[in-house]
Amino acid sequence: MDSLLLQILNGLDKGSAYALIALGLTLIFGTLGVVNFAHGALFMIGAFCAVTFSRILNISKVTLDPEKTNFLGKPLEIKTPYVVDWFGDATGSAIIDWAVPLAILFAIPVMLLIGYVMERGLIKHFYKRPHADQILVTFGLAIVVGELVKASYGANPIPTPAPDVFRGSYDFGVLMGMDPNAVIYPFWRLIYFGFSTVIIAAVFAFLQFTTFGMVVRAGMADRETVGLLGINIDKRFTFMFGIAAAVAGLAGVMYTPINSPDYNMGMNFLVLSFVVVVVGGMGSLPGAVLAGFMLGILESFASMNEVKAFFEALYLPSIDQIVIYLVAIIVLLVRPRGLMGRAGVMEE
Amino acid sequence: MSKFTRRGLLKSSAVMGAGLAMPTLITSPVAAYTNEPTGGSVTLGFNVPQTGPYADEGSDELRAYKLAVEHLNGGGDGGMMNTFTSKALKGNGILGKKVEFVTGDTQTKSDAARASAKSMIEKDGAIMITGGSSSGVAVAVQGLCQEAGVIFMAGLTHSNDTTGKDKKANGFRHFFNAYMSGAALAPVLANAYGKERKAYHLTADYTWGWTQQESMQQATEGVGWETVNTVLTPLATTDFSSYIAPVLNSGADVLILNHYGGNMINSLTSAVQFGLRDKQVNGKNFEIVVPLYSELMAKGAGANIKGVFGSTNWSWTLGDEGTKAFVKSFGEKYGFPPSNAAQTVYAQTLLYADACERAGTFNPCGIGEALEGFEFDGLGNGPTLYRKEDHQCFKDVLVMQGKEDPANEYDALEIVEITPRAQVEYAPDHRMFAGGSLGKCNPGA
Repeated sequence: MDSLLLQILNGLDKGSAYALIALGLTLIFGTLGVVNFAHGALFMIGAFCAVTFSRILNISKVTLDPEKTNFLGKPLEIKTPYVVDWFGDATGSAIIDWAVPLAILFAIPVMLLIGYVMERGLIKHFYKRPHADQILVTFGLAIVVGELVKASYGANPIPTPAPDVFRGSYDFGVLMGMDPNAVIYPFWRLIYFGFSTVIIAAVFAFLQFTTFGMVVRAGMADRETVGLLGINIDKRFTFMFGIAAAVAGLAGVMYTPINSPDYNMGMNFLVLSFVVVVVGGMGSLPGAVLAGFMLGILESFASMNEVKAFFEALYLPSIDQIVIYLVAIIVLLVRPRGLMGRAGVMEE
Repeated sequence: MSKFTRRGLLKSSAVMGAGLAMPTLITSPVAAYTNEPTGGSVTLGFNVPQTGPYADEGSDELRAYKLAVEHLNGGGDGGMMNTFTSKALKGNGILGKKVEFVTGDTQTKSDAARASAKSMIEKDGAIMITGGSSSGVAVAVQGLCQEAGVIFMAGLTHSNDTTGKDKKANGFRHFFNAYMSGAALAPVLANAYGKERKAYHLTADYTWGWTQQESMQQATEGVGWETVNTVLTPLATTDFSSYIAPVLNSGADVLILNHYGGNMINSLTSAVQFGLRDKQVNGKNFEIVVPLYSELMAKGAGANIKGVFGSTNWSWTLGDEGTKAFVKSFGEKYGFPPSNAAQTVYAQTLLYADACERAGTFNPCGIGEALEGFEFDGLGNGPTLYRKEDHQCFKDVLVMQGKEDPANEYDALEIVEITPRAQVEYAPDHRMFAGGSLGKCNPGA
């Protein structure tokens, strides 16, 4: 029971990241008809927004301590962040400690700008090209972005911790009358799940309850007719690309305390998120979210030792690595449009 | 009537051709071994990961290689050449030839590493290949060098297999191995955490992970620990939460992370996030062990590494004269202390050059003979032996612990114990190293 609960929590947590990235992928596919393989790179850029913001907060003035020496026997350099120097030790240290949540404010304009430049500068030239061309150019872009990040930040993961107050775990076991420590779950992962839920709800509310969103939805259903009504739907779709980039970026910012970011993290999520989109239904926003959480939970269950042992007995080793793809194959065979996809999409 | 016939022309041409070729056949030296140097320089091939997950380690190795070349050619302050007990190196290159180098990118992929090594041997005329930050890559490149007839001086490779079942006559390893990590760590762990412990292993699913787990399991069971479970994790895993969660209620009170690089950083981060280090199991504090440490990875793991035990081949904080000389050279040139990957490749380059000088040749077989059974000191690890039977170096091993209060980002680990060489030695036919043979040295050509 406790193991099951833990894996459900794990699945929700993993599913949060899948759902956020898949939501952005679907938004772009649904509006612009582009299969954006650079979307994982946007997630990674978001994570590096947090790293960059943290480094900005840690820019320090250097003084030499003549009484202490470094490894070469020279006077030791003492670094004091300017933030600490300006605001005092307590406030300055607290600002640095909260670098990741504060990086959201930094990441939103950066990601909107990157999304805009990416769409106007490159992707719009591929709207009328085959999907294969779109995949090739966006995948190439993802590789270029990854290498640029590596050249600037190095290849090793960079620790970007959560604020001290969120370190540690919450004891669900005690809450449910179980033994202490039976079901514990890290605070930050719970926050990540909550954050994802809020972002997903905000995107849906924006599309559902605003005039802008209504026009976008109309454009997704019938682009030509909306255009004939004199509405510049392309402009709105470009804005939606920016929104999708910002969603991926925010998912990346908040993910940094969970796994230290490196230049390759986007690629790790991209393929899985693309599978999530296909399973949920290409162009279906609720489908992307549902499939994200569902596949996250499924993947977590598949990694349980008991489940793995069961499948190994059936000559299916490493079920945890293939379960998502197995589900994708089954869905594509039985219901090619995906769980919540529109009739006709991917069914020709 | 002309006597000039077709047959006559062919005969005359053949005789003339043979005549013209004769001086060449007589005077051209036949290469005695692959890429025998003929000019005033000799080319070494540095095959390191310049892209991919271990690119930072590759960069540090490359820095050390360049420093070694500078010192061999008489530049800089000479570094460890001044402390090396063998005095064959004179700072005039190798055997009087200026040392040049070419670099290749292994990408931490066996096929890419073999391709770049092949290119360096065939196109650039590299006479020795060295490098690596992965055992899979090292084993693959070592095999290639054996076939090509050049020496392979392994860099960072820790799997028992490199000098075990996959050992080759043309391959030499200075770095320590998984068995040695287990042998050094187990007594320290028993001393710190007691002899009645239950261990849970998470292991990277490739050659290094397997041998690391086997070594740690044998060593810890040897001091009385029980192994509760062993779980293989795919090398591509980034989020280890699914693997950490089952540990919570497994009854284990120690988690051994047989992971390296990004795997180690991510699995350790997950374990700390899940509160394992704050947990009490079986009436004891839950502990985490990382058998193979690297300074660069420790930096990546940040505060999560505090108090965690592991092992390294060398540390820049050692106080011997060789270490001091190397840290000074490296630190003054690059502005920060070297990693143990940098030290091992620097030492390997010097050892190769020294063997050439002592053998008086670049012939791989002569160099092999010079290295086999060679005992030396002054390269940072104390008295060291290159064992003849398997081409593995035997020297002291360092047991390290994450520092509670590091002074800077290069100060994440501290030395807990210098485990003497005798404690980590094993017989050449030890079961963990059985199954292969060195074979005969191959000079190629």
